[in-house]
Amino acid sequence: MLEISNLSHVYGSGPGAHHAIEGLNLSVAEGELLCIVGPSGAGKSTLLRSIAGLIQPTGGEVRIEGKLVKQTPDNLAVVFQDYSRSLFPWMSVADNVALPLRRKKMDKQQRRAAAQEALESVGLAEAGKKYPFQLSGGMQQRVAIARALAYRPALMLMDEPFGSVDAQTREDLEDLVLQVRGHHKMTIVLITHDIDESVYVGDRVVVLSKAPAHVVGDLKVELASPRDQITTREHSDFVHLRAEVGRLVRGLERTPA
Amino acid sequence: MISARILRGVAGVAGFLIVGELTIRFGLTDDVVFPPPSLVLWEAMGLLADPVFLSGVAITLTNWALGLIASVVIAVPLGVLLGSLASVERATRPLLEFLRPIPSVAIIPLAILLIPVDSMMKVSVIVYASLWPVLINTLYGMHDVDPLAKESLRSFGFGAIDVLRRVSLPSAAPFMLTGVRIAAGIALILAVSAELLAGGTGGIGVFVIQAGSGNRTDLILAATFWAGIIGMVANSLLVLAERRLFHWHQARTGATT
Ligand SMILES: Nc1ncnc2c1ncn2[C@@H]1O[C@H](COP(=O)(O)OP(=O)(O)OP(=O)(O)O)[C@@H](O)[C@H]1O
Ligand SMILES: [Mg+2]
Repeated sequence: MLEISNLSHVYGSGPGAHHAIEGLNLSVAEGELLCIVGPSGAGKSTLLRSIAGLIQPTGGEVRIEGKLVKQTPDNLAVVFQDYSRSLFPWMSVADNVALPLRRKKMDKQQRRAAAQEALESVGLAEAGKKYPFQLSGGMQQRVAIARALAYRPALMLMDEPFGSVDAQTREDLEDLVLQVRGHHKMTIVLITHDIDESVYVGDRVVVLSKAPAHVVGDLKVELASPRDQITTREHSDFVHLRAEVGRLVRGLERTPA
Repeated sequence: MISARILRGVAGVAGFLIVGELTIRFGLTDDVVFPPPSLVLWEAMGLLADPVFLSGVAITLTNWALGLIASVVIAVPLGVLLGSLASVERATRPLLEFLRPIPSVAIIPLAILLIPVDSMMKVSVIVYASLWPVLINTLYGMHDVDPLAKESLRSFGFGAIDVLRRVSLPSAAPFMLTGVRIAAGIALILAVSAELLAGGTGGIGVFVIQAGSGNRTDLILAATFWAGIIGMVANSLLVLAERRLFHWHQARTGATT
């Protein structure tokens, strides 16, 4: 589904240049839910922008379904880290969610229905007529998630999508992502700084190094599904995996299996 | 809140008029002929029944509206174009910075010489003067568009034209309207100034010249009073339109309504 080979990205040039990514290789299978964790400033958002074709990486290549990414590919949706700026303030919440659907063969009524359905799924059934500025940060974030969900992309990229919601909503949204993935066969790449979350949600967790980012750990998560916020998290495999990811993030050696 | 503000405004105006009235009636020596506010207001009411004055107002307002519309038609597309093409803007910037601070009234004598058709000359100077605020504000609005909002739309596979139409233009629209509001005030100044300098068959400025040649300071002030009222009403209507249409923008910039 997604192939990243020898990806590098340098911001700027000369002595002030910043090497954000260097020699990063990664492949994601169809239908996989991959979590990426890494320290702040590692280059995670830069990686995501390269995948989405929003920036042209300075080296290496990204392929989606075999096709080299040059511009923003079709059939891809992004939930940005800076969710509030990614919503359009001049549009109602429902219009925000429905707008990308213009790319699809849907008439106005279908777009509206799809938007409403997506808003319901994130618990914002009543918010459609409001404007983004009338919502709290957590609600805006859920609108951004609803917008990506409504689009039903083949590949969904999420950049710390649950950053500003309360713990309860966060768990609900984690389960929602798992559920959506089950229903719609999406491939999802989710960036997070929360180690527990990466293990709970992911089929696989990739750990990035400090800048310049490259892959330092790649773990398969073999936990029973459907996952459950209580029982999964208390399972010894979960506890073990969490510790392993934690060590990688801190740059410690992996414990022998 | 609002009624208290209006009350204070009314009190201020009334106080000013009373002080003016008393100063002129009792404070000034007899050799200064300056009409007291009561007389000016009385004459101003009388003008409402004066067909010469009313047709003059119609002429001035027609020039004003034509000039304003033409300047919007020219300056908005130009501003959008310059705002989207950084290289073109950089090339034209010095020229703009030179032309902009030239007081527009100063070009009226030139326009009188160059454009023989009276009404066309008047409309032209109005267009020239109103161009700047609309152009500068449009440019400002285009620069203010959040790059992340553009990226959001782009990430769903929309192209440059869609991003312009669905993100840049709506995002810059409040700035454009602010430019039009500023231009409306300037256009009125130019409409009257051109009449004062060039005369003509009718207009508020022409009326003022004629009143002046008859030594009727009261009529000059009465006509000026209506010019001020027209400017104030136009400004208020446009402020109202800004608040109605762009409440999301007011919320974003933290303006109180
Ligand atoms: N447009 C840019 N120009 C220059 N440098 C940039 C730009 N965008 C990001 N950087 C730099 O690249 C580095 C990686 O940024 P990036 O946003 O990818 O990190 P991140 O891993 O997403 O961090 P966080 O966890 O804080 O979101 C940072 O040091 C940042 O300052
Ligand atoms: Mg980031």
